[in-house]
Amino acid sequence: MSEGIKKFMFMNTKAPYGTVYALESLEVVLISAAFDQDVSLAFCDDGVFQITDNQKTDGSGMKNFSAAYKALGDYDINKIYVEKESLEERGLTMDNLMKLTYEDEDDDWAEKTSMYLVTRAELADLIDEQDVTISS
Amino acid sequence: MATISVEGKDLEVDEEGYLVNLDEWFPAVASAMAVIDEVEMEDDHWDIINFLREYYEEYQIAPAVRVLTKAVAKKLGKEKGNSKYLYQLFPYGPGKQACKFAGLPKPTGCV
Amino acid sequence: MAKLHIVNKSPFERNSLKSCLGKSKEGSTILLIEDAVVGALKGTVVADDLSSAIANKNVCVLGSDLNTRGFTEAEILDGIKIVDYAGFVDLVAEHSNVQSWL
Repeated sequence: MSEGIKKFMFMNTKAPYGTVYALESLEVVLISAAFDQDVSLAFCDDGVFQITDNQKTDGSGMKNFSAAYKALGDYDINKIYVEKESLEERGLTMDNLMKLTYEDEDDDWAEKTSMYLVTRAELADLIDEQDVTISS
Repeated sequence: MATISVEGKDLEVDEEGYLVNLDEWFPAVASAMAVIDEVEMEDDHWDIINFLREYYEEYQIAPAVRVLTKAVAKKLGKEKGNSKYLYQLFPYGPGKQACKFAGLPKPTGCV
Repeated sequence: MAKLHIVNKSPFERNSLKSCLGKSKEGSTILLIEDAVVGALKGTVVADDLSSAIANKNVCVLGSDLNTRGFTEAEILDGIKIVDYAGFVDLVAEHSNVQSWL
């Protein structure tokens, strides 16, 4: 890894809509992408609800910001970790989540998955590797 | 609140000239803003504006310049997907100025 | 007349749903709104508690808040009713009083 690049992980632990944490964190993530750091995202606890598929906000009048997660690949953010135990506790599987992908510039723009299902213990290891962890 | 007058309609804009109600946009809004900024609108400008509107429609965010550049390179070719070309079209910045013309909010992370 | 209990916090993060379930009487109504709607999902760690409540209480969930979070009727526990905003207002009118659990 080159000089000056740090490993940043944004940990998303809160449900979207009820509070503003998820939206604010997403904005910070998109801004941070401008600084060419090694950025990853983790979704655990109620944070897994941020990336559920088929969010429809017409009835509640909230701004539906879930589509913006699909742009993360364009921002070269392609390491997105989802904690297995958090899904299970909430009756969810990866099938309930959006399919977040990126296009690999070095492989003729092939579309590849950005999402990795990890156990709580594996997430602990990933957190341990980071230079900076920002939790919200 | 400031307004911009387009074809007899007074549309609200913020202190930096961005549309307040994004769904009030129609192509003449871009043309009117271009006149104010002294930009002569040609097909190349519209290509970028249309691209930005499609991007916003799909992702609900205005893309960062870096993202815009890469995406334009992929869609319209490398000779257009570079910041020199984009800055020639939009001298105040492809992020800030083109997004304004396109009726999008200011890109996240743009100061 | 029975009470309407409103819960708006995720049961996976706060104990307000658990607290409400334990301190509400038979025949009362429990309405899940905002971040609490995910408590109505099948297969969660709170599903057993909810199922017990459904047996003797009227459990409802606000449909638009459920849809906002990406879920529909098919994914929630049997016996939980979906209400819209008009239904919410009816519930408030039908009950003697309302308690919000924070």
